[in-house]
Amino acid sequence: MVTKNKWAPCALAVAMALSAGPAWTTESQVKIDNFTFNPPKITIKAGTTVTWTNEDDIPHTVTSSKLVFKSKALDTGDGYSFTFATPGTYAYFCSLHPHMTGSIVVEGN
Amino acid sequence: MTHDRHEDGPTRRKVLECMTWAGTGVLWSIAGGVPSALGIIDGAVAAPASGLTFLQISDSHVGFDKPANPNAIGTLEEAIGRVKALPVKPSFMIHTGDISHLSKASEFDDADRIISGARLDVHYVPGEHDFIDEEQKLYRERYARGAKGAGWYSFDANGVHFIGLVNVVNLKAGGLGNLGDEQLEWLEEDLKGRSTSTPIVVFAHIPLWAVYPTWGWGTDDSARALAYLKRFGSVTVLNGHIHQVMQKVEGNVTFHTARSTAFPQPAPGSAPSPGPMKVPSEQLRKMLGIASVTFNPGKQRLAIIDTPLKG
Repeated sequence: MVTKNKWAPCALAVAMALSAGPAWTTESQVKIDNFTFNPPKITIKAGTTVTWTNEDDIPHTVTSSKLVFKSKALDTGDGYSFTFATPGTYAYFCSLHPHMTGSIVVEGN
Repeated sequence: MTHDRHEDGPTRRKVLECMTWAGTGVLWSIAGGVPSALGIIDGAVAAPASGLTFLQISDSHVGFDKPANPNAIGTLEEAIGRVKALPVKPSFMIHTGDISHLSKASEFDDADRIISGARLDVHYVPGEHDFIDEEQKLYRERYARGAKGAGWYSFDANGVHFIGLVNVVNLKAGGLGNLGDEQLEWLEEDLKGRSTSTPIVVFAHIPLWAVYPTWGWGTDDSARALAYLKRFGSVTVLNGHIHQVMQKVEGNVTFHTARSTAFPQPAPGSAPSPGPMKVPSEQLRKMLGIASVTFNPGKQRLAIIDTPLKG
């Protein structure tokens, strides 16, 4: 029992490390600050959920150019998530400040 | 804050507008030619009684409570207090958008309660912050009844033709402000048959000139609107959105942007982004304000006076 208890946390840590590795990532973050999407372009595997978080003092939206996804207005600290199931390139912008643009490249598994 | 532009307008046609802006609002005077800025709201008191004087307020952002101004309601109340204290009552007020910060009914309610305290008719155009509600209906229901499309319209006062435009809807990825075909066709029709000596005042939220496209401070299809306005001897374009006073004269057209009553924004390119600018609290009221505009028939320019909440 002692041994099992000793190793269980390590197994968990290994699992977490693996899930955080690039090849295994199922979640990705985009920060909105200074009127930019950061990073402006990310490449992910199909099935990944991307979460945008607004850190500006002004509301922004995350709006797909082809309206595949569209957040409501995100006030300071608000977030929006979308899961990309289908490979392709998804351009998006802020519908309030359209000079703010970004893209998500989704690769097949 | 008195800017007398009577000498530098390229055109000396018939009409005249005086526009004034300061932290609280802009007092505009129209007197027969190109607009000029007179000074602070206190200076607008000197506007001739024979002309038309109206006020501009902008970017109230009711609901904004971030560090750049935790009390945007309070500064709007101060701005309206300045309007009420004017010894000569303006004919009406225009509001160039971003009445609310997040298009919440409670924000529009607060704005209406405070602004109505000025006891003036108010002609609104929306900012992008006024179309944030899910169904994009609160602004239309409150301010755009009887207007066309998303809220554009025109009216006449003292021989001056006023046109309120909407350039904050259907914005396109990578673009700037947008008027759109439907509105531009309406504008062309609205101007048809009008005498070139009619003074024109156009007001919209986002600048109709390229102030700083890198920050989105411009309107993609404004050139088409300006082409329709080109034949008129006096055109004054009043905008908000950039929360600071700027003026430019191009041919017969004078462009002017007003201060916000809520928070200042940085000068173009002077900061990493156009976000709200935090300034020492004792400086805030010097960067907020209103404007007055006076039109004096027979003179060549509108007089614009920008008045800060605090000099």
